Amino acid sequence: MKSVGQSIRKIDGMAIATGKPVYTQDLATPNALVVKILRSPHAFAKINSIDISRAEKMEGVECIITFKDVPAGRFTLAGQSYPEPSPYDRLILDEMVRYVGDEVAIVAAVDEKTAFQALKRIKVDYEVLEPVLDFEQAVGHSTVVHPEEDLSCNFDIGLQKEKNVASSFTEEVGDVEEEFKRCDVVVEGVYYPQAQSHAMMETYRAYTYLDHTGRLVVVSSTQIPFHIRRQLARALQIPASKIRVMKPRIGGGFGGKQTGSVEVFTAIVTLKTGKPAIITYDRKETFSCTTSRHAMRLKVKLGADREGLIRAIDMEVLSDTGAYGEHAATVLSCVGHYTLPLYNKTRAVRITGNAVYTNKMPAGAFRGYGATQGTFALESTVNSLAEQLGLDPTEVRLKNISKEGETFLTGQGVLLGSTSLDRCIRKGKELIGWQDKFPSREIGQNKVRAVGMAVTMQGSGIANIGTASIEIRLNDDGNVTLLTGATDMGTGCDTILSQMAAEILEIPMENIIVSAGDTDTSPFDPGSYASSTTYVAGTATIKAATELKKKILEQGAKFLGVSPEDAEMNGLAVRSVSGEQEIGLAKLAELTILGAGKLQLVGYATHGSEVSPPPYVAGFAEVEVDQETGKVELIDYVAVVDCGTVINPNLARMQAEGGIAQGIGMALYEEVRYDELGKMATNSFMQYKIPCRKDIGKVRIAFEESFEPTGPFGAKSIGEVVANTPSPAIVHAVYNAVGVKINHLPITSEKVFLGMQKS
Amino acid sequence: MQIKVTINDKLVTWDVEKDEFLADTLRSHGFLSVKKACETSCCGLCTVWVDDKSVLSCSILSLRVHGKKITTIEGVPKEAEEFARILTAEGAEQCGFCSPGFIMNVLAMKNELVNPSENEIIHYLTGNLCRCTGYMGQLRAVKTYLGVVEG
Ligand code: FES
Ligand code: FES
Repeated sequence: MKSVGQSIRKIDGMAIATGKPVYTQDLATPNALVVKILRSPHAFAKINSIDISRAEKMEGVECIITFKDVPAGRFTLAGQSYPEPSPYDRLILDEMVRYVGDEVAIVAAVDEKTAFQALKRIKVDYEVLEPVLDFEQAVGHSTVVHPEEDLSCNFDIGLQKEKNVASSFTEEVGDVEEEFKRCDVVVEGVYYPQAQSHAMMETYRAYTYLDHTGRLVVVSSTQIPFHIRRQLARALQIPASKIRVMKPRIGGGFGGKQTGSVEVFTAIVTLKTGKPAIITYDRKETFSCTTSRHAMRLKVKLGADREGLIRAIDMEVLSDTGAYGEHAATVLSCVGHYTLPLYNKTRAVRITGNAVYTNKMPAGAFRGYGATQGTFALESTVNSLAEQLGLDPTEVRLKNISKEGETFLTGQGVLLGSTSLDRCIRKGKELIGWQDKFPSREIGQNKVRAVGMAVTMQGSGIANIGTASIEIRLNDDGNVTLLTGATDMGTGCDTILSQMAAEILEIPMENIIVSAGDTDTSPFDPGSYASSTTYVAGTATIKAATELKKKILEQGAKFLGVSPEDAEMNGLAVRSVSGEQEIGLAKLAELTILGAGKLQLVGYATHGSEVSPPPYVAGFAEVEVDQETGKVELIDYVAVVDCGTVINPNLARMQAEGGIAQGIGMALYEEVRYDELGKMATNSFMQYKIPCRKDIGKVRIAFEESFEPTGPFGAKSIGEVVANTPSPAIVHAVYNAVGVKINHLPITSEKVFLGMQKS
Repeated sequence: MQIKVTINDKLVTWDVEKDEFLADTLRSHGFLSVKKACETSCCGLCTVWVDDKSVLSCSILSLRVHGKKITTIEGVPKEAEEFARILTAEGAEQCGFCSPGFIMNVLAMKNELVNPSENEIIHYLTGNLCRCTGYMGQLRAVKTYLGVVEG
């Protein structure tokens, strides 16, 4: 293959690397109004009154919006396909404020300084209420976070608002209790994966203006242009046809920008004033007024026979969705969805859970989407099981994992199309040096080195829900334009999709123009999330390119006077198979589109998959622990990845290395924390530490390709699965080093030290 | 207030506020390569050179660079492109938002350190955060750029 499988440089790589003005803020006109938000200082309060009179009078203040000025219909900011499985529990501004940082008023002024001064002059009188801050106390708490009558759901997601339950979930196959009785060993554990911040480098921002027909144009750093359009239409109560959303280059998303955190605030300003407006969150707002990963408590019970075959799994999940329910139900269900299928020697499995409202910043989508939390809990328990049985944890995995052509209890008979997880595990063992290093060895000076491991899976797109449409047209000059709604956020999908199109059309990538992420011109795409783009939009690309190629060959054959079967592509030309005649694509296009031809050749396809084939990772960590201080140093991390066919090795490697680093951050450093009044304590990079280059040690990635029959060129996803193994693998390694099992993430020296004191 | 600076080899006079930071001044004059990602001098995205040394432009008042020479990535297109070619061939720019500041610091390092070891490289660049790439690819690119031989 010429394009697919090659480490091709990203088509936007040089521009973004050298600082060209291609991000949202760069595109805003200097006269755009600056939008700032007045925020609640209380975790839970009712606004008695707001006095904006002093602020309104200020020179340069263009508009101030309070809860009295916004439409009445509730909506969700979750970027999900309609009908969204997230409660409609928000207003643009509400009389009730539900967390410290919740929006109270929107101010637009000619410049930032004036806007800030205006914020200070708004006086708000609050009735302060008792908040729910501990998510383990939320169910049945005397405070109800969402008492309002008009909260609604598109369908039943188990919401019981009077009990603070945003969503509940149960799935059971077989009789778990009976199976546990038959098991030789049963292990249990309770795990607390923490809230994690996305901490993408480009904070949230959006720029809005009215176009020449009075339509609202939104330029936003978003993963979900089409969902934003629908959200805005509902929130602002205007027709979606009056809105255009465009996504320029994005400075990172990681799921954060799958929630519409800012667009509505600047959009309402532009609608009210008719003027361009820009909102740019600072780092503090990005930390404390958007979303994070859901903090959870997971109780896991695992039963196995003496040989180590896992026969029963029971998981009970409590998820903290914070003040609003974006992604509450789906993240909750993904906990089991993306973990239970790993092991299919089970005879019974059960997963139950609640996602609860609290008076903290809402949780939302974050790379891994429940699988990260579930993997931490399940894999940690599997490691305990191996220890209890005196078996090598890698052997326990190899005995229990699902194989190609097999199904699993909750799989409803769907057969696994591809997996190389067994090879990933073997390869990872070899690379980390498992045979010599497991479980641990003293290296002197009170230091111990040890290894640990975990495996994980994710999905590729959302089966029967996610779709993508691709249009590819032959232009009048013989070049090709690929139109897609997929949203490249640095991940490289503009490049990946054109690699695929080039491969099918047998033309160089340079001759393909990618036009993406614009709701006016792109065919529909839900956006980049749920590990969809390569798998779903990629397949749509293949179909569309195949159709266009067929049309080009037919047309070329006509000009050459041969039958279509006797025509083939030859670079930027169609030639007869005999090689005698040839017509260049430019000529062909000219004759076809212009003059007598009257036909623009277009390939078009919409694709959705009935399955969501899992990619896999086997992750191995080597740590060094100081037995005196509890300090943990990550020495080496090996991740062996099965993402099916690797379409672009460089981009896949970068996804994997970056995902592992984010997972390492979660394992060792990162935690969203609040003070006793519910104010976020970790709202800057001083208090919230993301890994710097000294913290990462050595990360090594290897690929064990499989071939996914339903995937484009055999590919599956990679974007999310890579975030999941570090927490359980590093926890395991630390345990093997000093016998301290950390169940509350992150693993800090203090926790390890205190653990060593106890044992 | 007015300051006179040499920006990318051009002498200019700019009006600035007394509490204005260089990053904002630069952006407002169209040097949009300069990015900001924090308010706490933690991320390194705003790195530019003042008198050929890397500084965090988010934390230096514009008044303080009066009379000095400022360089942004727009001012060193050849050098930046040379390294960016290596960086992008490695796939080590993901969202690219951190890249301009990172590249400025890499170029500064090249001018400053002779034959740096891997640890010296990591140490020099520690202040440049990147959330996307996990740093390994950036390190490979820097080593290729500097001709550091593995081992
Ligand atoms: S913007 Fe973060 S260090 Fe300057
Ligand atoms: S490439 Fe995105 S922050 Fe570095």
